[in-house]
Amino acid sequence: MRIKRGFVPIVMVLLAISLPSLAAIDIHQFDSPEKEALYKKLTGELRCTVCQNQSIGESNADLAKDLRRKTYEMVSAGKDEQFVLDFMTQRFGDFILLRPPFQNNTLALWIGPLVILIVAVFFLIKFIRRSVNDIPLTDTDRAQAEHLLERDE
Amino acid sequence: MKRYLIPFAIFVVLVVFLAIGLKLDPTYIPSPFIGKPAPEFNLPDLHNPDQRLKASDLKGQVWLLNVWASWCTACRAEHPVIQRLAAMNIAPVYGLNYKDKPEDAKKWLRELGDPYKANLVDRNGDVGIDWGVYGVPETFVIDKKGIIRYKYIGPINNRVVDDEIVPLLRKLNAEVG
Amino acid sequence: MIPEIGQFALILGMVFALVQTVVPLAGAHFGIASWVAVAKPAARVQLLFVAISFIALSWSFLTHDFSVKYVAVNSNTALPTFYLLSAVWGAHEGSLVLWALVLSIWTTSVTVFSRSIPPVTLARVLGVMGFISVGFILFILVTSNPFERLVPAAMEGRDLNPLLQDIGLILHPPLLYMGYVGFVVPFSFAIAAMLGGHLDAAWARWSRPWTHVAWVFLTLGILLGSWWAYYELGWGGWWFWDPVENSSFIPWLVGTALMHSLAVTEKRGTFKAWTVLLAIFTFSLSLLGTFLVRSGVLTSVHAFASDPARGTFILIFLAVVVGGSLLIYSWRASQIRSYVHFDLLSRETGLLLNNVFFVVAAISILLGTLYPLIVDALGIGKISVGPPYFNSVFLPLMVPMVILLGIGPLLRWKRDSFSRIWPKIWLIAVISLVVGPLIPLLAMGPYEIRATFGMMLAIWVLGATLKSLFEQTRGRGFATVSRSFWGMILGHIGVAVFIVGITLTSVYSTEKDLRLDPGDSYELAGFKFQFDGTTKIIGKNYSGTKAKLTVTKNGKYIATMEPEKRNYRVQKQPLTEAAIDAGLFRDLFVALGEPLGSKGAWSVRIYHKPFLRWIWLGALIMALGGLFAASDRRYRKLAGRAKKQRAVTIEAVS
Repeated sequence: MRIKRGFVPIVMVLLAISLPSLAAIDIHQFDSPEKEALYKKLTGELRCTVCQNQSIGESNADLAKDLRRKTYEMVSAGKDEQFVLDFMTQRFGDFILLRPPFQNNTLALWIGPLVILIVAVFFLIKFIRRSVNDIPLTDTDRAQAEHLLERDE
Repeated sequence: MKRYLIPFAIFVVLVVFLAIGLKLDPTYIPSPFIGKPAPEFNLPDLHNPDQRLKASDLKGQVWLLNVWASWCTACRAEHPVIQRLAAMNIAPVYGLNYKDKPEDAKKWLRELGDPYKANLVDRNGDVGIDWGVYGVPETFVIDKKGIIRYKYIGPINNRVVDDEIVPLLRKLNAEVG
Repeated sequence: MIPEIGQFALILGMVFALVQTVVPLAGAHFGIASWVAVAKPAARVQLLFVAISFIALSWSFLTHDFSVKYVAVNSNTALPTFYLLSAVWGAHEGSLVLWALVLSIWTTSVTVFSRSIPPVTLARVLGVMGFISVGFILFILVTSNPFERLVPAAMEGRDLNPLLQDIGLILHPPLLYMGYVGFVVPFSFAIAAMLGGHLDAAWARWSRPWTHVAWVFLTLGILLGSWWAYYELGWGGWWFWDPVENSSFIPWLVGTALMHSLAVTEKRGTFKAWTVLLAIFTFSLSLLGTFLVRSGVLTSVHAFASDPARGTFILIFLAVVVGGSLLIYSWRASQIRSYVHFDLLSRETGLLLNNVFFVVAAISILLGTLYPLIVDALGIGKISVGPPYFNSVFLPLMVPMVILLGIGPLLRWKRDSFSRIWPKIWLIAVISLVVGPLIPLLAMGPYEIRATFGMMLAIWVLGATLKSLFEQTRGRGFATVSRSFWGMILGHIGVAVFIVGITLTSVYSTEKDLRLDPGDSYELAGFKFQFDGTTKIIGKNYSGTKAKLTVTKNGKYIATMEPEKRNYRVQKQPLTEAAIDAGLFRDLFVALGEPLGSKGAWSVRIYHKPFLRWIWLGALIMALGGLFAASDRRYRKLAGRAKKQRAVTIEAVS
């Protein structure tokens, strides 16, 4: 079901792809500051599926506006963050989430950095412990070295 | 000695992925609905707004949903193919008129021909969102049980119709509803 | 005529780059002195021709030569002159000519500032740089020719994208490229040293100033990109973890690790193999960035128009250059190992740990950037990786790094002890724990744990850095402190300032989207914004609306802010020009949305962003530190000594 590459650009042109130049400003009334904050957070967590890598909060594309409207409706109705994210994921797949969910195909992504860090530090310590000085120092050498180390530049 | 080759080995793997990446489309979104029930809708007909149609009404038959709009240039290019597909009479094609003005839609159909069994009006795009529509035109194939079996994003052409859609329609028609 | 000259000059440039590559490298291998001597003149002539090409392209823009396709697509007769010049690098083809020009400028610089480098080594260095030049110019000629003609010529150009009609476009790409491309110098030094088969501390000493300068340019380039995005894009963001942004940040991280690693290799003779690998990585990441940005494998608001043919060419070039370097590395690395011991608690370990953190951070960002591609290629799904991921991963990685930053400079080389270091740092730790929470509480208002934590880190860095300055000058006075040391001090103070900026602006920024009718006012963060209405405006190639807002605080006048909404005539793209009242301690930001109704009401977004400028100020201080380090006396002394040596030799001979 892959479409030919050439059609995507047409599709995107048709949808008046978002121009980052327009601040996506909607006027919404909220019952409470918590709801307003949740709305703002969600517009940063959902991807504009027709744009070149923007959140629905950043884009003024038609679809982004529609998705913001839906988000507003759900937040106003008292739904929580997970409900809205699930709603969007059901319809557009994981692609719409800017924070990749923690699941089988993202294990390497979420755990990777920590694992690499631990492995790197482990090898670092091993390397330092193992390294050997093969030039023996005399006492005068040592004293001179101490003096130089003290100067410390 | 061998371990100094590790950076090179990792790099080779990276290049392989990048090469594969050149053939992929990073903006293409596969539909999460394949194999899942078609989302319900309850929409007015374009020509008879008093009449409404629900997705569940269409159970028991194989049908296509073609999402289009009069402001969409590619829909214009795809239209003759839709007409051809509808004329084959293998399965009815329903239109979802997406975020359009009914007068413009009707004028468009008068001008280019109306192959649709019925056209449903989705003024504000909510049904589009429910179906995961992100670019028009899009075409869905739904089976007798109301499960979405196929989605094509972008204007369909004759090759897609002949090689993918028609065989699928025949297969689904043979299934028990 | 001129475009043809430009194209021909490019071809000649490539020919001389080829000569610059093949002849000296062969000469170095076979020991033929006359071939080795070809490197310098070939490099300089290459610059001449690439410059001619660049000038020819600029000329085509200035004279509105719409028979050249690139000019027709990217400019217009109504385009103001300075944007005509910057439009040269406003799109893919022209930006590559800029790349080639910057590369040949760096190459010629190396021919000038290399008096202390033996000719054979220099020949190899210039040979490697020549190879890169050949690749890029070939890429331009084969896939991305800016001099391609448009037949018949257009009557009028399509105009430069309005977003790019800005001083940001004039400054950001050249600075960024100077940095990005500049890392070719340490890269070439590393390859040259490995080809030559010996790697001593001299290699590190030669490489350091070049690395510092390239790093400074990259820092400034990224800083400018962030600043430009902030005021141009209309929603007050300054970093988006976009793939193109990441493509410049990843080499910066590894470049910073390289800088620190070179310091150790020069002073202590250790980490040689590792530093060489870092030098290879940094430039490789620049090349990878070039690939990611121009091939279309990733979606980005910044991406140039992509084309699979171009992507394939760059990928092959990338594979050859990086693959080749890593193969040479694996061949020679065992011979350049250093056998010097140092303790687990020592400055060497501190710097190695620094390297580890920076490289792991770079790998993490690269992983996040490429992961959607990897998952898609493996057919296991379709996901996005956006700012929430990068923030979750990058920030925790940086915390231990920042803590280490304070301790590192205070550690002794080779061997230190906990009992020696603890007295130096415990007080600073206490001060940061105490003062950290105080500043946000006193200055900003509501208690926020994130702000406290960030401020504690910033004060820790500042305190520890000042302590190491104090240690250095104790009994000796400030005059004896080398520029190199000042470089470190400034660099680390820059980090502290940067952390303050990021912490306070992320935590305490406030914004409001609202409808304003003429005469309405709104209060945000103690500032009262009064909407005075709008007027129509006409510019050279646009028309639009300008709004006026008067800002007061406690009745006192603060500023008049005039955001605009412009419609560019040719590209028909509406553009928001936000109004910004900049201040050292806060920014006020107003952007126009849409007109509402018929009575002059508009939707508006208002921001209050405290300490935002400290982010760029911190980066600026870091860059200044880099400049200090690059201009250290001993590098200039080296050149002087080499001159004297030659003078002595000449005397001896005559």
